[in-house]
Amino acid sequence: MSSIAVSTTINGDDVEYLCQADETLLDVLRNRLGLMGSKEGCGTGDCGACSTIIDGRVVCSCLVLGAEAQGRTIETIEGMANGAALHPLQTNFIEHAALQCGVCTPGFLMAAKALLDVNPDPTEEEIRFWLAGNLCRCTGYDKIVRAVQAAAVEMRGEQA
Amino acid sequence: MRYERPETIQAATTLLAEAQDSVFVLAGGTDLLVRMQRDDFEAELVVDIKSIAGITDVIETDDSFVIGAAVSCAALGEHAALRAAWPGVVEAANLIGSTQIQGRCTVVGNLCNASPAADSVPALIAAGAQARIVGPNGTRTVPVEEVPTGPGKTSLAKGEMIDAIVIAKPEPKSGDSYLRFTPRTEMDIAVVGASVHLVLDDAGTVKTARVALGAVGPKVLVSQEAAQSIIGTTLDAAALDALATVCSAASTPIDDKRGTVDFRKQVAGVLARRAALIAFERAGGTQ
Amino acid sequence: MSFDAGYQSHKFKSVGTRPLRPDGVDKVTGRARYGADFNMPGQLVARVLRSPHAHARIVRIDTAKAEALKGVKAVVTAADLPDLTNGDGALFAILDNCMARTKAMYDGHAVAAVAAIDENVAKAALKLIEVEYELLPHVVDVDAAMQADAPVLNDTIFTTGVDPKPETPSNIANRSEFGHGDVDAGFAAADFIVERSYKTEQTHQGYIEPHACVANCNSDGSADLWVCTQGHFVYRQNCADLLGLEVSKLRVTSSEIGGGFGGKTHVWTEPVALALSRKAGRPVKLVMSREEVFRASGPTSATSIDVKIGARKDGKITGAMATLRYTSGPYPDMWAELGAMTSFACYDLENVKTVGFEVVVNRPKVAAYRAPSAPMAAFAVESAMDELAHKIGVNAVDLRVMNAASEGTKSSYGPVYGPIGIGPTLEAAQSHPHMSAPLGKNQGRGMACGFWFNFGGQTCSDLNVNADGTVGLAVGTVDVGGSRASLSLIAAEELGIDYQDIKAVIADTATLGYNDMTDGSRGTFSSSMATISAARNAIDVMRARAALMWDIPVDDIYWEEGHAKAAGSKYGNLSPLSVKEIAAESGNTGGPIAGHSEMIADGAGVSFGTHICDVEVDPETGSTRIVRYTVIQDAGKAVHPSYVEGQYQGGAAQGIGWALNEEYVYGDDGRLQNPGFLDYRIPVCSDLPMIDTQILEIPNPNHPYGVRGVGETPIVPPLAAIANAVSNAVGVRMSHIPMSPPRILAALNDAAKG
Repeated sequence: MSSIAVSTTINGDDVEYLCQADETLLDVLRNRLGLMGSKEGCGTGDCGACSTIIDGRVVCSCLVLGAEAQGRTIETIEGMANGAALHPLQTNFIEHAALQCGVCTPGFLMAAKALLDVNPDPTEEEIRFWLAGNLCRCTGYDKIVRAVQAAAVEMRGEQA
Repeated sequence: MRYERPETIQAATTLLAEAQDSVFVLAGGTDLLVRMQRDDFEAELVVDIKSIAGITDVIETDDSFVIGAAVSCAALGEHAALRAAWPGVVEAANLIGSTQIQGRCTVVGNLCNASPAADSVPALIAAGAQARIVGPNGTRTVPVEEVPTGPGKTSLAKGEMIDAIVIAKPEPKSGDSYLRFTPRTEMDIAVVGASVHLVLDDAGTVKTARVALGAVGPKVLVSQEAAQSIIGTTLDAAALDALATVCSAASTPIDDKRGTVDFRKQVAGVLARRAALIAFERAGGTQ
Repeated sequence: MSFDAGYQSHKFKSVGTRPLRPDGVDKVTGRARYGADFNMPGQLVARVLRSPHAHARIVRIDTAKAEALKGVKAVVTAADLPDLTNGDGALFAILDNCMARTKAMYDGHAVAAVAAIDENVAKAALKLIEVEYELLPHVVDVDAAMQADAPVLNDTIFTTGVDPKPETPSNIANRSEFGHGDVDAGFAAADFIVERSYKTEQTHQGYIEPHACVANCNSDGSADLWVCTQGHFVYRQNCADLLGLEVSKLRVTSSEIGGGFGGKTHVWTEPVALALSRKAGRPVKLVMSREEVFRASGPTSATSIDVKIGARKDGKITGAMATLRYTSGPYPDMWAELGAMTSFACYDLENVKTVGFEVVVNRPKVAAYRAPSAPMAAFAVESAMDELAHKIGVNAVDLRVMNAASEGTKSSYGPVYGPIGIGPTLEAAQSHPHMSAPLGKNQGRGMACGFWFNFGGQTCSDLNVNADGTVGLAVGTVDVGGSRASLSLIAAEELGIDYQDIKAVIADTATLGYNDMTDGSRGTFSSSMATISAARNAIDVMRARAALMWDIPVDDIYWEEGHAKAAGSKYGNLSPLSVKEIAAESGNTGGPIAGHSEMIADGAGVSFGTHICDVEVDPETGSTRIVRYTVIQDAGKAVHPSYVEGQYQGGAAQGIGWALNEEYVYGDDGRLQNPGFLDYRIPVCSDLPMIDTQILEIPNPNHPYGVRGVGETPIVPPLAAIANAVSNAVGVRMSHIPMSPPRILAALNDAAKG
């Protein structure tokens, strides 16, 4: 199998890489680009731990071929903070104890960011259904939902 | 395995026709990439159709909606006119998978993957949708129910692919709906699916109807008898009972890890009844 | 150094607060490194070949073609893992489970493994390994496996715990019995009796991170293992034993762990990775796929349980009995025994008897899953209690209160209880607003109690006072849920300094003495004990340094609010010395300041919980929704309340999944049909409501701060609480877990007919 050359944008940076036809974007991120923040929990799109945002839509990077990234705009967990300044979702996840083991956390943050980007004032039900593709086994989701609600309030500039 | 990304229909169908071994169309990839994880997966070629001009568009004409084969279900759900015209179809499409899956999956992929439990297919069938098929010998259009022939199998010939789904705009006083049964609130494959599309006459009585059941047979089951049981009625209790009974009887499900025969037959009746009521209300019906 | 672990009442400054956890930023930025996030130069990729048969003799394995494939650097089979277990049955089971020696005992059992330069070559190599199997009859169901005509998995298994010893081998590995009094007399004295059989299906811990490791064996006998584990010391021992390595030469570093819940407490593929590395002479990375995790790591037991409880009309239980049949996978273990111990642990009973049967079946080797064996026993007993309450006509909580264990009760499994929390949790449940909230159409309410022992175990800690006055704390129990934060709070409390000045790390096996794994809810309990002890030792050192600095006897110095202070007025106005000041002078007063602790942390204190659950059941489909859920549990002392709440909510959520949807589904061919998150259905975010928690604090007399283990008890009550809620909602007693919609609908149909 010969390699495919891909030019893409990841977290605002121009990135080029070679990959095999059957490599997933998740494989490329983790094994070729050293971006190991996206996790593989299942490899079949059932757990959301590999969530990344491509052209504004949150997707499972394990279900995207590395070759498909050509010409696209990709956001991963590594680009969520602005340098040392954490995104409000990140700070609220820590403050609200919305993580225990933390392995699902990057995926949740990506999915939650995609939600608040299109819906800045979601109801609890909307949050839960939007995040249904992200599995967490540690928290029971309660504190995750509260952290998203708190981040939404903060991002709207309102008092808690 | 090779990866190609043609920019025209012609280039795509040529690639499909000329492949020696197994070749796959890639749009959303939410079924294909899962298959690729398996150790026994082999492919000579994957053809990514997303760069073909127009294939990611939903076009509204005077009398129809033309849904490009690479329109993601998320994008479909954002099309206000389609959503208003065919809420059952759009809701069904938006039930597939999760938010992440929605950002990629397509109804054409759902159709061609030919799972008996596909969510969008019963609603497309009930709506009378057509599949526009392109190939080396030109273009042909068939009702969508003619595409899946059995679990995992389609009637597409070598070199052919679907480039769009075409749905005529609905008649006045019509409504459609899709309901499915899943054990969890999200993420599951449908254990049973039921779609009803009906049109009322001026008196508010059901004039025409189409009832399509998913996950209760090797393909979606279109039941004429079920439709007959509600035509000429205003969905009174007797009509709904008859509908449920017919749907249960007509269903030919299997026992598998997602449900039993008995459960599926029983719930098929329950969902058909509920779906019919929703479609009726959308059509402006009152009881 | 003697350490007084007895509880002393405290006015806490740090313990009980909710500061931010030290590993939080790494985890929300994706920087934290889990098992699969580590690579070594030159590493190979490993893949494991697994049996597609539930039970088969391995007649022949030919690896020649795989070995000859370009890019393959090593292929191993059982032949590369000689038996060094020296008669240790438990260790042999681990060895055989890592790589089948003569028979494949379940669908997914490892039979060979390869290490190659990349994933594609490894995959191709697997296809070239030729295995000839002789298929054998299989059995996967616990009751079927106990029948006289069941296929016998292992003809060296003769039921232990029975006298006389059986003459023929069977799948019943062990019989255990607990209890006291005379149950026959007890039942004879009862006005009401409930007798019923229950079944629970097999579930998996479901951690989101698959097992992953990087193994490197050097030719001089030293080796490194990077791995996600709940117990890096245990993994080191297991791997050294199986590979014949010297323990001190194998350095195991635990990565951050993406969930364990008991499933990462002993090895699955790590010895294989080491064996491959040893043969190839290069590092080997081995990551399990999700399918492999389900097929070949350690789920919990499937069970079949009979319960009989008799009571007088005033509600006092006169006799209670349970017979519990638990699967252990292909190798005998003690899961049924644990179930038999916990069954009636919540109650004060005069006549009680529990009998456990350990049954081998052709399924993966069972591993601990958060309060192992207790949830299933609680499901059966608490369901029977609920039914008994209905029969007698008393309130469900009142029945528990009337029979609850308390301080001085002789438990059904033997020991006498000290101060315990079951009474308080029941009272709290009785007066909780959830209990009196109105129920809507098709809704039902259920409650249940649960119990867990909690363990102590071997623990050590190092506490180092840095020259700038900050403190480094090295602990050996892996952080599964925020214990680094909790331990920092403990150290801050004991030393009297700021939480921000403490940095807790998990040490690797080369830099700290032996620590038992993070299980049995011992993580915070034991490590906090060791931390307190280490801190007190460090305080002694700092008092001695202050004595030198002031040139006064050390006995005249006491420690208060983070400072050394001179007692009395005989030394005039000596300003108290802070940790910072003492540390700054340490170079002149004797060198670096540290406190160590090595101990067996005893007295973890049993932990009780009561759960209340409201469900809504669609009577036409059996679809069930959790409407409201409340966890009330005794924590002794909640060190970091947010993390205690998190344990309560997480355990409840696992119990909810287990009660409603999770199960291993087997075909007639004995193959696992749902080894993935699509069809092994754990709760998703939209399935659950907010989960209310109430933390009670009845101090554990055997811990300086009163801390009890908290992590496991939350999974014990949910199966029964939800079963009782569903039963009350639909008016039909549910006795088979999970209560999936087809089961509920079938039960409703049956009730309508009969």
